[in-house]
Amino acid sequence: MFQPLSSPSAGISVPDPSVKALSIRGLRKTYDNGFTALKGIDLDVEQGDFFALLGPNGAGKSTTLGIVSSLVNRTEGEVEIFGHSVFSDPVNAKKMLGVVPQEFNFNQWEKVRDIIITQGGYYGLPAGEVRERCDHYLKALGLWEKRNEVSRSLSGGMKRRLMIARALIHEPKMLILDEPTAGVDIELRRSMWEFLTEINSRGTTIILTTHYLEEAESLCRNIAIIDRGEIRTNTSKRELLAQLNVETFVLDIAPAQTTAPEIEGYPLQMEGDHTLIVDVEKSKGLNSLFQQLDQQGIQVASMRNKSNRLEELFVRLVESNL
Amino acid sequence: MRIRETSIALYTIVYREIRRFLRIWLQTLLPPAITMSLYFVIFGNLIGPRIGEMGGYGYMEFIVPGLIMMSVITNSYGNVVSSFYGTKFQRHIEELLVSPIPISIILIGYVVGGVARGLSVGAIVTCLSLFFTDLQIHNIWVTLSVVALTSTLFAIAGFINAIYANSFDDISIIPTFVLTPLTYLGGVFYSISLLPEFWQNVSLINPILYMVNTFRYGILGVTDIPLGIAFTIIIGFVIGLYSFAYYLLRIGKGIRQ
Repeated sequence: MFQPLSSPSAGISVPDPSVKALSIRGLRKTYDNGFTALKGIDLDVEQGDFFALLGPNGAGKSTTLGIVSSLVNRTEGEVEIFGHSVFSDPVNAKKMLGVVPQEFNFNQWEKVRDIIITQGGYYGLPAGEVRERCDHYLKALGLWEKRNEVSRSLSGGMKRRLMIARALIHEPKMLILDEPTAGVDIELRRSMWEFLTEINSRGTTIILTTHYLEEAESLCRNIAIIDRGEIRTNTSKRELLAQLNVETFVLDIAPAQTTAPEIEGYPLQMEGDHTLIVDVEKSKGLNSLFQQLDQQGIQVASMRNKSNRLEELFVRLVESNL
Repeated sequence: MRIRETSIALYTIVYREIRRFLRIWLQTLLPPAITMSLYFVIFGNLIGPRIGEMGGYGYMEFIVPGLIMMSVITNSYGNVVSSFYGTKFQRHIEELLVSPIPISIILIGYVVGGVARGLSVGAIVTCLSLFFTDLQIHNIWVTLSVVALTSTLFAIAGFINAIYANSFDDISIIPTFVLTPLTYLGGVFYSISLLPEFWQNVSLINPILYMVNTFRYGILGVTDIPLGIAFTIIIGFVIGLYSFAYYLLRIGKGIRQ
């Protein structure tokens, strides 16, 4: 579905590495109806990072990204993209940024190629260069056959790829993707992940919001969780997952059991007669559990995490705030 | 943005706007041609001879400049208000907002698009009028400058309407309840010298009167209004409305939360 990238996206010049790709300081947003969506957040994203901004609905993710991409007015605070203020130096800040929004926001009556070429024109790219880049990304994103189709005739997945191609036309140093895989099938999601990973490996900083926490766990190196307008945690994925002291596993067992076996240190629950749910503390591990089940004549046929690890942590962090 | 980049960005908006109204020419170019042809036939050919002279000219000759100006005004306004509101409604205004285009270029781009449609329709109506009367140009510079300024003024006004509009109803209210009455009462079909003195004075607060009369002067050489006053008022409106539209864009009125 996605073709490997070749030139011209190679060769992105790297600014002073000490400059943050994104720096947010004291960002506050109160809407006209009095609702405070952001309560003075601070956030840094390093150059070249693959960063996830996670949070429940209404947490402030879209408001944050909206202010970064100049779609929402701030109430207070500062935002810099590669050292350029979004408010006092918007031209240079915007040149660094590509945005793939959650909702389709292109002209549904325009042809696919025209939408991308027009966007290149908005960035002041010469016609020849923009056509070359447009064709390159249309091929890379599997849209070449649809280039002369009116955009409203595209499938949901194609429309999402069209927005990615449009966001890349000026070859930004930072790409923001707001729920890029919402509503797309597994095959497309996987190929989109590969595509984004490749872009990131070429030096483009990527900031992602998603409700698929498996996606964030697979792709991102650093993660911030925002809730009720405040950053709850902002750290590396490794450190974040290290905070997960207890994991819940699902064990498929044989023979069938009517009641949950009692094993000290391992709270067990039956779910049906062949499935055990167990909370395992990191310090205890699984060996002792398997040994004791074996001693009771219970065999474990298979085992899996009850939910994605990041998801467990996310739920605990958000619930602890309720 | 550098000058070259800015020029490309401006060209892109203007090109997109012109491509838009040419693509839907059945909705944008044909209807005013038909409407104005009907005006020429009914008011000029059928009723006109019974009215006699107006301002020293046959009635058909008298109304042609006003009808051309009326089509320029409504189409300049209509193009920008519908296009920019459509851009907001479909949310592809965000394509412009995330890009580094200065807001003045966004405004100028849409206004030039509106002027292009206004002048295109004006040219079509002028060509159609030649089937009904001989059109002599008294002063080409006055004619061209006043039609360009008027088109610009109403394109900006359409942009402001689109900024405030929250629904498709909102983009038809001003043209229906303000623009059309002002145009009809702006001396398109009559000379204000026919009115009692009180209504002559009331007519003078209608800015469209100045535009129609100045355009009529450019073509026929007759006007109810001194040219200097007319140009001062038109240019004053252009500057005032442009500044207001620029301010609205800068604060993100209607386009940024």
